[in-house]
Amino acid sequence: MDFRSAAESVFRRESGRILASLIRISGSFDRAEEALQEAFASALASWPEKGTPENPAAWIMTTAHRKLIDAVRREHTRLEKQDSLQYETEIVSARQDCEIESAAMHFPDDRLRLIFSCCHPALNPEAQIALTLRTLGGLSTPEIAKAFLLPEATLAQRLVRAKRKIQEARIPYETPPPERLPERLAAVQAVIYLIFNEGYAAASGTELVRHELCDEAVRLGRMLCELMPREAENLGLLALMLLQHSRRDARVAGGELVTLEEQDRSLWDRSSIAEGLSLVEKALRLGPAGPYQLQAAIAALHAQASTPEQTDWRQIAALYEKLGELHPSPVISLNHAVAIAMSDGIENGLNRIDELGRAETLSRYYLFHAARADLLRRLHRHDEAADAYRRALELADNRIEAAFLERRLRQMMDRGV
Amino acid sequence: MRYMMLIYSKESPDGLGPEETLQLRAAHRKAMQEAAGKGVLRGAEPLAPTSTATTVRMRNGEALVTDGPFAETKEQLAGYYIIECENLDEAIEWASEIPTACKGGEGCIEIRPLPGIPAVSEAEGAAGQTSE
Repeated sequence: MDFRSAAESVFRRESGRILASLIRISGSFDRAEEALQEAFASALASWPEKGTPENPAAWIMTTAHRKLIDAVRREHTRLEKQDSLQYETEIVSARQDCEIESAAMHFPDDRLRLIFSCCHPALNPEAQIALTLRTLGGLSTPEIAKAFLLPEATLAQRLVRAKRKIQEARIPYETPPPERLPERLAAVQAVIYLIFNEGYAAASGTELVRHELCDEAVRLGRMLCELMPREAENLGLLALMLLQHSRRDARVAGGELVTLEEQDRSLWDRSSIAEGLSLVEKALRLGPAGPYQLQAAIAALHAQASTPEQTDWRQIAALYEKLGELHPSPVISLNHAVAIAMSDGIENGLNRIDELGRAETLSRYYLFHAARADLLRRLHRHDEAADAYRRALELADNRIEAAFLERRLRQMMDRGV
Repeated sequence: MRYMMLIYSKESPDGLGPEETLQLRAAHRKAMQEAAGKGVLRGAEPLAPTSTATTVRMRNGEALVTDGPFAETKEQLAGYYIIECENLDEAIEWASEIPTACKGGEGCIEIRPLPGIPAVSEAEGAAGQTSE
């Protein structure tokens, strides 16, 4: 491996951890990022000559730390030359000597503080996502912008604003106290799952799956499990993402969406499934069963069926029912109805769906019409199915999903005549 | 850091009933006493209703005076607290104790840090001195 890619790989793998420590030491996201960039540049300059150090991550941490101290000293000298009374530089003076010598090498894991700061509810959700990906993930600003189909300048500005708010409103850099932990942890999990979903079922655009976002979300999920392994929902979330992501190669073929039923199950990633299954078990043993664990358990039942016919729909329906009790939502009711259709007779499921459709929320949701269309198709009510596919098509905004609906619609029209 | 907590609540034309007024006052007193007891209360006061408000706007160098607040919004500024807090989380804790006087929980508290007035900068200072 050449030096550049060696440095880059360390950077990608370790930058979150190093950055988290640098932020704690310096009390500033910007200062920390700057020091890390400089250390990376030093690595590129010095490694080819002196060879890759034995512990590259520690080398970068030490170097970045030194850069940080240099920057603080430069700032101090600059300030001392001026009237010190006029310049209250609270942060610089408060942080200059404390901790700076000690924490360099044995970095305690500051990533937990960092993720709680990044996912603080006082930041808007877009900012939370961007900041989490930028600081804890391994993606650069242009890469994140590309993954979210945003102009780079927009994303950069989003990051600047978020960092400014953290600094100016003093969003704390610490793990929340026990009484606030459940809601704050739920916010962190939600951000990670949003990142995953953005990649998994891209809501708009031409590509159905944006792997880099899914991979990042899985990485973040793993990190959260590593940092807080006793929280069952952390395990549930990671399991859910792994199990869904295990189907990535089978979900799209020739640019078209392939339904779970039609997927070539030999393409499913066995190692992700095995890891997901063991995590679900572990999570459910830890308890209490939360929404991520229940969804992961559902995904696990799909993953365990070697043919569509072997799917344990009865158990899936029961899990959706439980999920609906925890978090009543029209989408969960829809999935519950589909599971009932598959286990207890299509007609029963269809009746339930039609009942749900009377609520305004679901009738504007393309998956509602797609699910309804699918059940009508199974009942050979081709004309009605075609109508439902048309309605779904009007509401779908992803090109690949639309292509799938069109294909189904054509089938219905061919059979209808 | 000092944080200002702006209380927004819905103004009802007839005001609150006597019992509700008492309850509201008691809740404010409790929050204020607690903050004062911890030595972090820097100020707190209610505002008179928006019916007493006057807006002044500069137009072509002249003060244009109009009646009332500048916008018709559902919730109006009704009072404020200034509390010294370690960080935003602490400010959020205080804000959750301050009553908003709104039935049905429609009111809200907006938290804004008070960064203080910046010191005279080098450029401003120099500009001031050259005239001497």
